[in-house]
Amino acid sequence: MNRAEKGEEALLSDKGEGLCATCLHLETCEYLRSFGSPRFECDEFEGIRPSALAGIIDKFGSAHGGIISILEAVQAKYGYLPRHALNLTAERTGRSLVDIYGVATFYKSFSLKPRGKHLLSVCLGTACHVRGAQAVAREFEERLDVKAGDTTADKEFTLHTVNCLGACALGPVAVVDGHYFSKVNASKVRSIIDKSKTGLDAVDAETDIRVFPLETSCPRCNHSFMDPERLLDGHPSIRVTAAFADKHGWLRLSSLYGSYSVESEDPIPKDTIVNFFCPHCHAEIAGATVCTDCGAPMVAMIVRGGGMLQICSRRGCKNHMFDLV
Amino acid sequence: MITLNINGLSVSVEKGTTLLEVSRFYGFPIPTLCHMEGLSPYGACRLCVVEIGEGPRAKLVTSCTYPAEEGLKVRTSSARVVRARKVILELLLASCPQSKVIQDLASAHNIRRQRFRQEHEDCIMCGLCVRMCEEQMMAKAIGFRGRGETRTIGTPFDIRSEVCRLCGGCIYVCPACQLRCTYTDPDKAICGGCANLSPPCLEKEPFEDMMCYMEPCVACEITAASKKPETGREKEGKGAGDAIEDIL
Ligand code: SF4
Ligand code: SF4
Ligand code: SF4
Ligand code: SF4
Ligand code: FES
Ligand code: FES
Ligand SMILES: [Zn+2]
Ligand SMILES: [Zn+2]
Repeated sequence: MNRAEKGEEALLSDKGEGLCATCLHLETCEYLRSFGSPRFECDEFEGIRPSALAGIIDKFGSAHGGIISILEAVQAKYGYLPRHALNLTAERTGRSLVDIYGVATFYKSFSLKPRGKHLLSVCLGTACHVRGAQAVAREFEERLDVKAGDTTADKEFTLHTVNCLGACALGPVAVVDGHYFSKVNASKVRSIIDKSKTGLDAVDAETDIRVFPLETSCPRCNHSFMDPERLLDGHPSIRVTAAFADKHGWLRLSSLYGSYSVESEDPIPKDTIVNFFCPHCHAEIAGATVCTDCGAPMVAMIVRGGGMLQICSRRGCKNHMFDLV
Repeated sequence: MITLNINGLSVSVEKGTTLLEVSRFYGFPIPTLCHMEGLSPYGACRLCVVEIGEGPRAKLVTSCTYPAEEGLKVRTSSARVVRARKVILELLLASCPQSKVIQDLASAHNIRRQRFRQEHEDCIMCGLCVRMCEEQMMAKAIGFRGRGETRTIGTPFDIRSEVCRLCGGCIYVCPACQLRCTYTDPDKAICGGCANLSPPCLEKEPFEDMMCYMEPCVACEITAASKKPETGREKEGKGAGDAIEDIL
């Protein structure tokens, strides 16, 4: 059966033939319709170039367990896992598509469908639930006219409900593109939606310029991370427990916002993803999002005086976010 | 060699032998569902439970995955084991009552009632098909997708797999599969169409839930189009050969 007979199905086909397979214009493209076969070069192309994708995949190599990292990186870059990205991952790593598809569908943080410009997660975990998170979620659904799990018709928002974001002390919690909103109630929903549309990163830009000390605490138990015994950059350091590979020990971060000084019990090789734990309640301190630069999970801490600080868990990556709430 | 005790009988076996293998070798029957010779043990159905240890430390383990240990005391049909098996069978009946395999097991174990909410699953997640496809057919065409309640078996993206060999191995080993080639009413389904090569699904209304992975079926030549009329893109006048090409 030739390509013309197979029609559009072929263009969407797995092998990602040509550019059209991932082009945003695929469904409406007149050019393509008149030609009937996919292009390999095209000025109108908008989407994911197979070569760029291959670059991401190869960066991680095919080592065992590398699949999750690859998928995270692909998703961080494109917002979802395009079908041909999975095929390409299989092809380039030599793993079978079944395994990769299994991983991609197993974890909730992966999406096989394109998502909206903004990812909005409303926490329905126990702590948030008892403070009325259900009403908040309903309000979001109504205002955005979308069911949880789906994307709005204008492709602006994808709404998710999640079970505990690890920031119970701030509940009910909603997270938009990694920015935390605390103590949300139905009447705040509208302003959150508006703010998200006009850009949340504006807050970052302001705070980024100055260098000032932050006092942080555990988002789970609210105990302070500050260690006045050991100064870093002349200020009490932020002390947490860090785990990577088979190592487990303390880690101190500078509390100066804008400084990247770190001390740790065991030397942490560059590019290692570190798991952070609270030294008081021993809960893992994990954020709801992944680093937009490197795809590693972000780690979230409460900032005294109101706010949420997020840092990338990858050693050497300087990505961070600070929300005032 | 390892020496252990099964139902009071002292036996010696090679290291690495599972309790199931030992018991069967010495003539103590243990029912199994997700176990099959030639496939790696998986421990999904729990039907093969046996009791090990003594006194308050006695516990139930799945014999198909538990390796023989020096000095182990094993009971393959103690009251506790029998009770556990019966409950497992009841649960299996609750989720997949139309399976001939499960019905036979239930009747062999004297199950006369089923106290749980009745469902009609077309898969019990035993993983036999997945292992068959991977380990015997070397195809890896199908696998588990998703997790928890929404876990399913199938090909990636639910499209015809390029690596599927159309061998039928998956259907052959599936304990729930008879459903897939039978009547439109799951309650009345038991026919084994695949086995006797006279699939009744041909004469009846196409059964929407049929979900074997072969396109088309080697036994009955039913194709995706007629199995799932609402999604099939099949046009009139095409033969089965074309349908193979047609992606769902
Ligand atoms: S715009 Fe170009 S790349 Fe995109 S679908 Fe049309 S022809 Fe293909
Ligand atoms: S028919 Fe296809 S899916 Fe089934 S066991 Fe054979 S190769 Fe695997
Ligand atoms: S499809 Fe059949 S063989 Fe495969 S896991 Fe389900 S019940 Fe088992
Ligand atoms: S279509 Fe064929 S192989 Fe599939 S269930 Fe029906 S008779 Fe069996
Ligand atoms: S319950 Fe909402 S953050 Fe924990
Ligand atoms: S046969 Fe042992 S768990 Fe299924
Ligand atoms: Zn804590
Ligand atoms: Zn990073």
